[in-house]
Amino acid sequence: MAYMTIEKEIVIKNKQGLHARPAALFVQIANKFDSDIFVIKDNEEVNGKSIMGILMLAAEKGTKVLLKAIGSDAEEAVIELEKILLKEGQDLFGFK
Amino acid sequence: MFKGIAASPGIAAGKVFLYNTEEIRVSRFKIKVSDIPNEITRFEQALIKTRFEIITIRDNVATEMGIKHAEIFNAHLLVLEDRMIIDEVISHLRSQKYNVEYIFEDVLHKYIRVFQKMDDEYLKERIADIEDVGKRLIRNLLGKKKRTLIDLPPQSIVVAYDLSPSDTATMHRKNVIAFITDIGGKTSHTAIMAKSLEIPAVVGLENITENVRNGDIIIVDGTSGIVYVNPRRSILSQYLREQKKLEKFNKELQELKTMPAQTRDGHRIELGANIELPDEIPAVLSYGAEGVGLYRTEYFYMNRQGLPTEEEHYKAYRSVVEKVKPNALTIRSLDLGGDKFLSQLDVPKEMNPFLGCRAIRLSLARPELFKVQLRAILRASAYGKVRLMYPMISGMEELEAANICLEEAKQELESRKIAYGKDMEVGVMIEVPSAAIIADILASKVDFFSIGTNDLIQYALAVDRVNEKIAYLYEPAHPAVLRLIKNVIDAGHSKGIWVGMCGEMAGEPRFTPLLLGLGLDEFSIPAPSLLKIKKVIRSVRYDEAKRLVDEALTLSTGKEVEALVSKRFRDIIFKIVG
Repeated sequence: MAYMTIEKEIVIKNKQGLHARPAALFVQIANKFDSDIFVIKDNEEVNGKSIMGILMLAAEKGTKVLLKAIGSDAEEAVIELEKILLKEGQDLFGFK
Repeated sequence: MFKGIAASPGIAAGKVFLYNTEEIRVSRFKIKVSDIPNEITRFEQALIKTRFEIITIRDNVATEMGIKHAEIFNAHLLVLEDRMIIDEVISHLRSQKYNVEYIFEDVLHKYIRVFQKMDDEYLKERIADIEDVGKRLIRNLLGKKKRTLIDLPPQSIVVAYDLSPSDTATMHRKNVIAFITDIGGKTSHTAIMAKSLEIPAVVGLENITENVRNGDIIIVDGTSGIVYVNPRRSILSQYLREQKKLEKFNKELQELKTMPAQTRDGHRIELGANIELPDEIPAVLSYGAEGVGLYRTEYFYMNRQGLPTEEEHYKAYRSVVEKVKPNALTIRSLDLGGDKFLSQLDVPKEMNPFLGCRAIRLSLARPELFKVQLRAILRASAYGKVRLMYPMISGMEELEAANICLEEAKQELESRKIAYGKDMEVGVMIEVPSAAIIADILASKVDFFSIGTNDLIQYALAVDRVNEKIAYLYEPAHPAVLRLIKNVIDAGHSKGIWVGMCGEMAGEPRFTPLLLGLGLDEFSIPAPSLLKIKKVIRSVRYDEAKRLVDEALTLSTGKEVEALVSKRFRDIIFKIVG
C-alpha cells in the first residue's frame, strides 16, 4: 500500500475540546494505526499517539488544529480521528 | 478547628493515621556512554514491572469496586506508555548522560509544570495521576517497595497530603472511617473515592498533615468541611451523639433490607434498582433490591471500537438475569441520542437532538442493529424473568413498529432453533408527553409502563435539564407533571397493567408519598437510595398518601405541592433527608 501524508485542518467541535476524555480516546485510536500521527496547533506539533502531548495542547472547542498522518494507513487514520474532534455534545468515551 | 472543602458527607470520630507521601529522593550522577544501553534496559524493565503493577491494581479494583472505578488505571497505562515521554527519556539519556531516574523525573516534571500553569481544574487534578504513575516507575527503578495503607488499624482516619488511586486501591477499606487531605478539590480522587465508599472526607485543608500526630483523636465533619483535632470533651460528645444518631438511622435502614416495601396499612410496592453494568449486581442485591427495574444498555456500546455482537449482549444479559433470579430484570433497549452519542454510529448532527432521532427512533431507523439487541434480550429471557422496554415511545405506530422488529427477532431465533422465553413482558417507557396523554391507548398493547421522569419533565415543562439558567423551572411536583403521571397510572390500572417509575423522581424521598398516593406499583432507583425510599414507604399509610394526592391535585403550583407534602410528612421526610 502507498505510503502517504494526509493533512487536514479541523476546527474542534467536541464540547470538552481535547481534554482528558476525548484525549484518551484519541490516543487509543491513534495507536491502532501504523502511521505516525501529529496534531499541530499554533506551530506547536505533538505526537498524536501521546496522551501527554495531546493534553499539553489544551485544545478547547473552537480551536483550529492541523491533523497529520504519515504512513500506509494515513487516510483511514485521519478519517477516524477527525470523527472524535468533530463530535459535538457529551462524549461517552474515555475516563473520568 | 480546621476548615476545608467538604468533599463527602457524614461524620466520623477516630484516630489519626498519618500517611506521609513518600519522599523519593532521586540523585543525579553522570554515566558513561558505555552505560547507556544498560540504563535503557533498566528503564524498559521498570516500565514492564510498573505496567504489570497497574494492570493488577486495575483488575482488583474492577472486581471489588466495579469497572468504572478501574478506568482511571487505564489512563495511568496511557501515561506510563506515553510515546513522547519514553522517546524523550531515551534521547536525553544519550545527550545528557545522567542516570535514568533523574532523566525520567526531569522529563516528567517538565510536563507537570505545563499542566500546573493551565487554567483548567480538571487537568490540574490529573497532575496527581501523572505523579502517581511517575512515582511508581521511579520506585521500580530504585527497587524500592511501595508504602501502602494495607496495615491500617480499625477506625482509622487517614490524614495525608493527598491520596492517589494507587493508595486507595490497596487500602484496607474496612478500617478506614474518613479521609482528610492537605490538597484537592471536589473532583479530586480523594473526594470521588470517599463518596463511593460512603465515608466522610474533607479536602483542601492546606497543612493538616503538619497539625496532627499519629493517634490524635479527630472529628471529621464531611458535610460542613470542619475538622477538630483533639477536641474538647463537650464538642466530642456532641459529635458522638450526632454520629450515634446517624449510625442508629443507618442501622435502622440496614434492618429494612429483608423487609418488604409496604406501607403501614399493607399496600405492597415493588422496589427495584437502576443499573448500567452487570458488575453492579452484587451491590444492588446487598441493598435488598427486588430485581432491576432499569438496565441501561448504552454503557455496553462505550469504550470500544465497533458494535457489540449478539453474543456479547446475550452473555451480559444472561449473567444479570441469572443473578437477580427469581426477581425480574427490566432491560431498556438502546437509548442513544439527545446528550449521549456514539462514534460507531454515524448519526448526522441535528439542530435539536433532544427532539431528534434518538432512542427508539434511532433503533427503528437501524432495524438490523436493533434486532441484534432484541435477539440477545430474547435469548436471555430463557434463563429468568426478563422484561423488555422501549425508550421514548411517542405514539402507537412506533410501538407497533418496535413490536414487528421483536416478532422478526423471535422468528430469526426460531429458525436458528434457539430458545427464548415465550412469556417475556414487553413495556414502554413513558417519557414523552404524547405517550402519557394516550396512555389508555398504549396500555392495551403492552404489559407495563415505566415512567421516565427526567425526560417527561423536560418535555412537559419545556425545560432543558442541563441549562442552569432555567434550572428553577425543572419541577417534578409541577401540577402538569403530576396530572400526566396520574393519567398514566390510572390508564394502566384500568387496562389491568402495572405502572412503574425509573426516573430520578422515584429516588427522592420528598416525592415518595405523592407517588405512592398516585398509585405507582414499582419504583426503580439508584441502589444507594433504595433503603431510604423503603423507609419512607414503610413509614406512611397508603390511605394518607391518597388523601395527600387528592389535595395536591387541587393546588396550582409545584411549590405549593411540595409545601403540602413537607407539612404532612415532615417528620418522616426530615428524618431521612436530614
